[in-house]
Amino acid sequence: MRHWTKFQLRLRSLFSRTAVENELDEELRYHVERQIDEDIARGMSPREARDPALREFGGYQQKKEECRDMRGLNFMENLLRDIAFAIRQLRKNLVFSCTAIFMLALGICASVAIFVFVDAALLKPLPYKNPSQLIGVFETGGNCPHCPLSYPDYLDWKKDNKSFTSLDVFSHAGFTVTTRAGAVPARGARVSDGFFKTLGVHPILGRDFYTGEDLPSAPRSAVLAYATWQRRFGGKTGILGQTVVLNGDPYTVIGVLPPEFHFEPAEPSEFWVSFHATNECDLRRSCHFLDGVGRLKTGVSFATAVADVKLIASHLEAEYPGSNKEQGATLVPLTDLIVGNVRPILLVLLGGAGLLLMIATVNVSSLLLVRSESRRREISVRAALGAGRTRLMRQFMAEGLVLVALGSVLGLAGASKLIRLLTALIPADLLAAVPFLNDLSLNAAACVFAGVIVLLSAVLFSVTPALRISLSGIAMGMAEGGRGSAGITWRSLGSKLVVLELATAVVLLVGAGLLGRSLALLLRVDLGLQPDHLATLYLTAPDARYGKDPQSIALERDVVRLMQNIPGVSSVALTTDIPVTHWGDTTWFRIIGRPWHGEHNDTPERDVSSEYFRTLGATLAKGRNFTEDDDKTKPEVVIVNQALANLYFPGQNPIGQHISGLSDPPKPIEIIGVVANIKEGPLDTASQPVLYFPFNQRPSDGFYVLVKTQQVEAELLPAMTSAVRQFDPDIVTIQQLSMADRIDQSQSAWIHRSSAWMVGGFAGMALLLSVIGLYGVIAYSVSQRTREIGIRMALGAQRESVHRLVLREAGVLTTFGIAIGLACSLAVAKLLRDLLFGVQAWDVPTLATVTIVLAIAALVAGYVPARRAAGVNPVEALRTE
Amino acid sequence: MSKPTDLVQGTLDLLILKVIGLEPMHGWAIAQRIRLMSGDVLQVGQGALYPSLHKLEQNGWITAEWAISDNNRKAKYYTLTKAGRKALELETGQWERLSEAITQVVRAV
Repeated sequence: MRHWTKFQLRLRSLFSRTAVENELDEELRYHVERQIDEDIARGMSPREARDPALREFGGYQQKKEECRDMRGLNFMENLLRDIAFAIRQLRKNLVFSCTAIFMLALGICASVAIFVFVDAALLKPLPYKNPSQLIGVFETGGNCPHCPLSYPDYLDWKKDNKSFTSLDVFSHAGFTVTTRAGAVPARGARVSDGFFKTLGVHPILGRDFYTGEDLPSAPRSAVLAYATWQRRFGGKTGILGQTVVLNGDPYTVIGVLPPEFHFEPAEPSEFWVSFHATNECDLRRSCHFLDGVGRLKTGVSFATAVADVKLIASHLEAEYPGSNKEQGATLVPLTDLIVGNVRPILLVLLGGAGLLLMIATVNVSSLLLVRSESRRREISVRAALGAGRTRLMRQFMAEGLVLVALGSVLGLAGASKLIRLLTALIPADLLAAVPFLNDLSLNAAACVFAGVIVLLSAVLFSVTPALRISLSGIAMGMAEGGRGSAGITWRSLGSKLVVLELATAVVLLVGAGLLGRSLALLLRVDLGLQPDHLATLYLTAPDARYGKDPQSIALERDVVRLMQNIPGVSSVALTTDIPVTHWGDTTWFRIIGRPWHGEHNDTPERDVSSEYFRTLGATLAKGRNFTEDDDKTKPEVVIVNQALANLYFPGQNPIGQHISGLSDPPKPIEIIGVVANIKEGPLDTASQPVLYFPFNQRPSDGFYVLVKTQQVEAELLPAMTSAVRQFDPDIVTIQQLSMADRIDQSQSAWIHRSSAWMVGGFAGMALLLSVIGLYGVIAYSVSQRTREIGIRMALGAQRESVHRLVLREAGVLTTFGIAIGLACSLAVAKLLRDLLFGVQAWDVPTLATVTIVLAIAALVAGYVPARRAAGVNPVEALRTE
Repeated sequence: MSKPTDLVQGTLDLLILKVIGLEPMHGWAIAQRIRLMSGDVLQVGQGALYPSLHKLEQNGWITAEWAISDNNRKAKYYTLTKAGRKALELETGQWERLSEAITQVVRAV
């Protein structure tokens, strides 16, 4: 009640100002007149009575002010007036205001946008129950640090482990969906029955797999991803119980997953189907294709679990030496598995954006300092006219607040645009694998983050100039030409800020330089192939009609013929795995005629057609190529790459030697050629030994088709697809891409490219901002020293020496900035090492280039004010001051 | 002659509340009443009186309304509110304790 009355009074004081003022006037006047009346009544003459009353009238305005203060009127009114005044001040100096607001907006925009990505990937918990208990489970073997498990191994691990409440497996699967319109491709995953229970995820519709539903005896069933349910089945609840045909097998739809569910290691997956161990690979202990995910028991440490699985692996190794020799075990927290790829780049980008924000705020505060310095007279005059120190400080705070408010509104608007732009820049394939980066926007967390930035910068921008007032004796500003200690104080503070800015810019520039050089080196990596004019696609044919070897070979010949019929095609080839993807799909071998103790020699295997190396533009270093006649009727042959020849046949000629699988007795395969290393795995990995077998000796009904042409390769892709489609509508084709695009969009290339460009962008802006900052400091210093320069010139100083004087100041600051920046960037580059390729943190060309670029930029920033200083007319300089 | 500004901090507020507690009155009358009741010892000038009145009003201890005064002119009359009466009791108690304590100290010498 009382508070309400008080509030009403406040409102009245604020909004009915004239009425309140009039009342105040009237009240005070009544008092004076009553006093006069009283005095007259006591016998004074009207004149005598008037004097003391009027004397009191002299303090009339002051009394009114005190009353206003008591009503709490001044605070609100002053605030509004301060803000209005601040806006007027800022408008008067439009260049300054726009620069400051723009810089602030830039910093806020970059850091908030990057933060949204960091939040989505690294801060938001994964959409599972207690995600920290979830662990990725792998085998190790040969040169494969995170190998999948085989199904028989999985069953033993599940049975024998003491660390997990549950252990489940999943495997990527490519599906051909039979629809009324023909076969369409879809991605999916085969999972063991407890997969969703282990994750702690429940379908929003229907049910989860029941225990034992993944066994061959149970009917096949499928759980749909939410997006699949919406897109393919119109979001109808009637989908439950219906049948979908995947790879020719009928699956009953039993459930739909929640919309927020994602599981990066198996994405993109539309159909989550029960694992039915049926084919040869499923049942073979040496066929590794299952990734494990387990939930740790409470109280079991990660290290204990690692020891546990290693023990199981060693038991299996002893029990099944034929298949499990050298097969170890390893665990990775699921979180690392899911966000491990994007973590380094996101942290680097966040760091870059943070540094940019820092430069921007430092720059704005130093600009504010310069301005408060140039407004010394104004401040002194206002102080002399009765403005209190707090009142003056409040004025500066209002200006700071207005700047921050405008800057942050602009910055946030920019950030929401930038988020969309950055998402659009992620290739669709990559985005599908990191679904948590989809559909990002300015969420609550981002707003809190932005709020903290805004608050801190608001405090910084209000305090800096306010500090300036308390630094200087206010009255000193009135002294003619006064530039006492305050000017020097500011100059040293401003210089320190500029050194800080320059150092930060150096760090960003070095980072960008290192990342840029990494990218350049990465794109110049020797691929061992000619990626130009190569069109590629992947096709998979139904097993029922193409699964048998002669059928697959016939399919291969048909596909080659179809492609050759397309005008402009010069050669056609097939392979089971296309270059620049992975070093997986391995086989085991031994060399005949050498002692063998059961080692696996786990090595990537590719089954390629006879035209493969020619189409790819690879170089056959030794021996002969495959021919169409190298089929099952002929002795088995193999071509090895140079890395394999160097590793296993150092100083020998591998041609004519024989290798064998690990079968007993060995079946000899003759090495007929050595091919120069082809980059089968990601660009940033070293070459490994690879075995190439002729397609006709190891045929399959799913393979990549490569077409070399003289034309623009992308134009051939539709013709290639429709040729296959016309030949048999049940064959699905996916990944229609030129080889160059494949390399460009590969994860390693994309991560290096995006980090180089983004950090480069940040560095460019940082360079610009810090040079503006340097210019500001030098220009201010010159304006302060106009008289000194005038005297020097009057005493005979040459223009060159004045030039030198100013440039020396810029030079000293720049030298400090660069030196500190280089020292810091050595430390920062160590943090970058995950993203560096082929360059060291102390890469001399990069450091030298950055130094030169910054030195030149600083020279320009210093030259402009230096010219102005040298152009000073000594007579005028002395007269004006 | 003692000026109100020499009064112990907050004492003027107490005096005003006490006087208004007798009956609603305007500023000038408040000053007169304080002077009369103190036997011409306490003279409250308008310089201290009006800011104090506005502060008390802002605190919600007194309310103001315009009325016709004894000399037939419009004047602003202040009335004690319920909260003001409570504040008056509190302040009076405090003042009594304080003055008693001071008296004891002074007499003891």
